Amino acid sequence: MDVIVIHSLNSLLYASVLFLIAGGLSLIYGVMRIVNLAHGNLYAVGAYATAWTVGRVLGGGEPSLTLYLLLPVGAVAAAALGAIIEPTLLRPLYKRAEEYQLLITFGLLLILEDLLRFIWGPYPLSASSLFEALGSFSIGESVYPTYNLVVIVVGGIAAAALWAFIYKTKFGVILRATSQNMRMASALGVNVNRVYMQAFTLGCFMAGLGGAIIVPQQGAVLGMGVDALVPAFVVVVIGGLGSLEGALLGALMVGVVREFGIAFFPEVELAVLYFMAAVVLLIRPAGLFGRA
Amino acid sequence: MSPIPAPPKRALLSVIPIAVILFVLPLLIAPYQVTLLAYGLIFAIAALGFNLLLGYTGLLSFGHSAYFGMGAYAVAFIVKYLKITSMEVFLLGGVLASAAIAALFGFLCVRYTRIFFGILTLALSQVLWSLAFKFYWVTGGTDGLRVPTPSLLGVQNPAGEEKMTFLAHRYYYYVLVIFLVGAAVMWVIVHSPFGKALQAIRDNETRAEFVGVQVWRYRWVAFLVSGIYTGLAGALWVPLNGLTTPDILHWTFSGKIVFFTVLGGFQTFMGPVIGAVVYNYLETYAVGHTVYWQMVLGVVLVLLVLVLPAGIAGTAGRLLLKLRRAV
Repeated sequence: MDVIVIHSLNSLLYASVLFLIAGGLSLIYGVMRIVNLAHGNLYAVGAYATAWTVGRVLGGGEPSLTLYLLLPVGAVAAAALGAIIEPTLLRPLYKRAEEYQLLITFGLLLILEDLLRFIWGPYPLSASSLFEALGSFSIGESVYPTYNLVVIVVGGIAAAALWAFIYKTKFGVILRATSQNMRMASALGVNVNRVYMQAFTLGCFMAGLGGAIIVPQQGAVLGMGVDALVPAFVVVVIGGLGSLEGALLGALMVGVVREFGIAFFPEVELAVLYFMAAVVLLIRPAGLFGRA
Repeated sequence: MSPIPAPPKRALLSVIPIAVILFVLPLLIAPYQVTLLAYGLIFAIAALGFNLLLGYTGLLSFGHSAYFGMGAYAVAFIVKYLKITSMEVFLLGGVLASAAIAALFGFLCVRYTRIFFGILTLALSQVLWSLAFKFYWVTGGTDGLRVPTPSLLGVQNPAGEEKMTFLAHRYYYYVLVIFLVGAAVMWVIVHSPFGKALQAIRDNETRAEFVGVQVWRYRWVAFLVSGIYTGLAGALWVPLNGLTTPDILHWTFSGKIVFFTVLGGFQTFMGPVIGAVVYNYLETYAVGHTVYWQMVLGVVLVLLVLVLPAGIAGTAGRLLLKLRRAV
């Protein structure tokens, strides 16, 4: 029983981070029709920025509660980067074929990967003191780190906030209108360029937040962005490109399959995930919640 | 009467000197440079296959690492389990394995176009990557599998001959001949009625269907041929590299194939070939000179997309045309 609880909590932990990455990816596709191959790298930027800031402020001392307020630094860093990338690199390409948009984000992936190496060096960064300071609690016979619950809660709050933002605010209405019909929105006086930039920045913010909240638990390493991208792809493919509900459901499905996969059939765990995505695409090309 | 046009004289005249240069070059440059050229020609075979889909059929695959890797791993398995080291068996095995997987994946993928096609090919190729990565007792995991120097046309290379000498001479010519034959066959394919039908599908799927082209089947055959070329390249690549690792199955390797095809220019026949050779030099020198080689490649790709979307061949062609008009 304890084992099931722990696996379920781990599934939720992974799903929270995955939702933040995939949700941003899906949001960007939904509004801008761009599949951002560099999205995983923005998640890595969030992780590195937070780990570096926490390390700087902490020095050798004990973590205090205020230090946890520094977690969002990574999200802000990723958002700032997004706000620079969209107008400079992506905007010239909206009228060109999709192939070029994919290619430029692939180029961006290569650049960002080395930018992280350039700024923070080839060695992993860690913010594990934040993870350890919260201690652990017991589930039956086993112990479970309290910090993991923080990640799950933050993931849940982020999902709720995003839903409220998109469905309950004026900005959300404009965003959805632009997503449904860019020309019509533009004709009605929406500044499409600004909406695109805001959507891209928001998507990057979410990816950065994902990296920021997971870094105390896992640390920041080179290559984490590229590794995170494909599971995020699987999530949006299952849920439907452009659908946030889909991203949430997809993240939960992938979280559960991966966690129980690692526990019970570790050899084919990854293959099962990709296979799941392929099957969904074949049966419902637009994904479970997508519109074709 | 075959409706395939004879290649225009001017094209033939420009191909012959290039072929002669490729044959003579190993006598003039250092062995290491020759092996680099061999890598370039092998990638060029993959690029020719890849471009049948991108340039001629209008489908962007982000999963061609699957067929390259399948060709490479088929060779490694032949060595590991059958203890055969004949290059011809390698090629046969690599082509059959990649054809089988391309037939299956193609069957699943060709119903989709645009972004969904790209993502589906990517997801399927990642299935193979994760299998190669996890089943380490079969595939060697991240350590990969070693492949020894093969015998060419049944001739075992003399004991004591240095591997570099073999690779830079006999193996280079072996690759060169296969490349030239492969390029000629591809030229015939894209100029055949079949190739014209693919281009019709690329330009307007609905109209192509209305004039009686079976879109689905044509795309599937194009996918198959494309996969076979890429698999052939994979099989040729392993003995040169001496080792196959899951890296070549990872989707970022597919990204490289897309990269060099666009670098050369996918709207021309020779573009991808030029792109593959140039890319190989570019990557080798970037890796040799800086740890930030990925950034170098990334900047090149971004500039290419923003400034020179027609690639090397396309841009050069346009410049030539301008020059000719000016004269």
